[in-house]
Amino acid sequence: MKPSGPETEKTGIAASIYTYAVYLFFYIPILILIVYSFNDATYSVTWKGFTLDWYRVLFQDTNLWIAALHSLILAISASMAAAFFGTLAAISLFRYQFFGKKLVHGLVFILIVTPDIVTGIALLLLFSLFHLPLGFWSLLLAHISFCLPFVVVTVYARMSGLDKNIFEAARDLGARDLTIFGKIIIPLLMPAIIAGWLLSFTLSLDDVMISYFVSGPGFEILPLKIYALARLGVKPELNALCTIIFVITMSFVVIAQRLQRKQP
Amino acid sequence: MQEKVIVELHGVSKNYHNQTVLQNIDLTVNDGEFLTLLGPSGCGKTTILRLISGFEEPSRGSISINGQKVNGVAPHLRHVHTVFQSYALFPHMSVFENVAFGLRCQGAHKSEISDRVMAALKMVKLEQFAFRKPVQLSGGQQQRVAIARAVVNRPLVLLLDEPLSALDYRLRKTMQLELKQLQRQLGIAFIFVTHDQEEALSMSDRVVVMEEGTIQQMGSPREVYEEPSNLNVAKFIGEVNIFSVTVLATEGKTLTVNIEGSEHTYTNKRDFVVGDEVNILLRPEDIRVYDNTEVTDTQDMLPGIVEEVIYKGSTVDLMIRLSTGKLLHATEFFNEDDDSLVYTIGERIWVQWVPGWEVILPEGV
Repeated sequence: MKPSGPETEKTGIAASIYTYAVYLFFYIPILILIVYSFNDATYSVTWKGFTLDWYRVLFQDTNLWIAALHSLILAISASMAAAFFGTLAAISLFRYQFFGKKLVHGLVFILIVTPDIVTGIALLLLFSLFHLPLGFWSLLLAHISFCLPFVVVTVYARMSGLDKNIFEAARDLGARDLTIFGKIIIPLLMPAIIAGWLLSFTLSLDDVMISYFVSGPGFEILPLKIYALARLGVKPELNALCTIIFVITMSFVVIAQRLQRKQP
Repeated sequence: MQEKVIVELHGVSKNYHNQTVLQNIDLTVNDGEFLTLLGPSGCGKTTILRLISGFEEPSRGSISINGQKVNGVAPHLRHVHTVFQSYALFPHMSVFENVAFGLRCQGAHKSEISDRVMAALKMVKLEQFAFRKPVQLSGGQQQRVAIARAVVNRPLVLLLDEPLSALDYRLRKTMQLELKQLQRQLGIAFIFVTHDQEEALSMSDRVVVMEEGTIQQMGSPREVYEEPSNLNVAKFIGEVNIFSVTVLATEGKTLTVNIEGSEHTYTNKRDFVVGDEVNILLRPEDIRVYDNTEVTDTQDMLPGIVEEVIYKGSTVDLMIRLSTGKLLHATEFFNEDDDSLVYTIGERIWVQWVPGWEVILPEGV
């Protein structure tokens, strides 16, 4: 039976109210956090007026700044390495036949769904087995390993969306493997590589769980610092800090999404 | 004058996992000819192209290009180029860069690249689009870029894998003509793959009809249409009416058969004996249809009833049920004798054909 006009309109309204309610549930906490970061009150939950004081306090806290710098260095190096190795992995998975290819492909997805706590403890075990001191290098290795599958998946998806004849056409026109790689494959995959890189960057920047297990006292990073501070009570400058992180992460995700949608 | 052979396949077979896609193919392509591989999908015609371009290696047999055996030679080292069905243009490069790609791979000089690319684009009437991206062009224009990208390298042979199948009817007709002109202008051999028999007949110097991995017939478009070597070829190229009959009498090169109740005597090239089963093939346009007012002597004619009338503008197609129950396809042309061609469904008519236009094939071929 064809649904009649007024009824569909009613269900339409109900559906959109429901959708908005779900989205509010997700975003209200973040909105509140952002609003409170501008609230001119230390402990009160009521609105006392607009201020940028907490941002000022935040910018004067050298310890936080050092942790932020550490996080940035870590996120940049881990995401670059993940983008590099992940791209190579995706290309080999797509183009070459080798023993255990299907298994390797499946393992990529398993890595994505593995609980962080398992990854964290497993990496800690591995590092202590090889007597690797916990600090920058252990964090870097850990971050590369959890970012890598996201790059592989993004780049692989783009690669399978390309017309395979393009590579054959290049070869047909006289291109060697290296030319095809440099002039055709890499430029065509670039949006996906950058998207994967940005995703890795945000993942690395705000990881707490895995970093908690593999970090050492010599190299403090921002998410763990915030975590430690929050346990002593949420101070308004933390709201400000989280707002900044949220804005940075969001813009990276938006850019990554746009790049992925870009037509070849 | 002996024509120069540019591509030669000798005893070529191709198997994929125990499945035979090509069986003992012998094929020679002469320099400068337009050769079409025609057949239904899955007949192995594209595989032949891929064997010549080097993307596949034959399981048995040898392939030579310009007199040199190329078995085992990688695609980028063979001097043949392909126009792909999906065009396969490089989406991130401009039209100019697409066309220049092959020349850059060869390490050609900058000024030479620019000259040759612009000349190739001029040939396909796309000079003013040189700095567009492929995505900004229409399907027909993209097709032209793909052709320019291949011919700019002056290949010995151009391989075209159903290049027109993604275009609409009108554009396809235009591109058929342009491709044919381009081929004459370049003077190189084109090996063209299609499943469209009309396209094959109208463009080619020679047609190779394929089915299930074997070559069924090779010849000029006229030969494969007018003298099909077997029923498969006859059925694949155009409509055909088939009468399965027994030879009643022979005399020299003539034979007598009974078709739907009337006796006919035909001459033919083969030696048949009395009792042989043969198939008599008639094209719809070989059949003449008369209404009751037009005929006086109906001795050689068969009575029938019009079952369906399909008006096609320049022709009228009829489905005729003979009094014996046999269904015939007939195509009638407008001409000065018969300018009305008005038929109604259920009309009683008489059917006749001109002796000598029929094709006689032994049973089982």
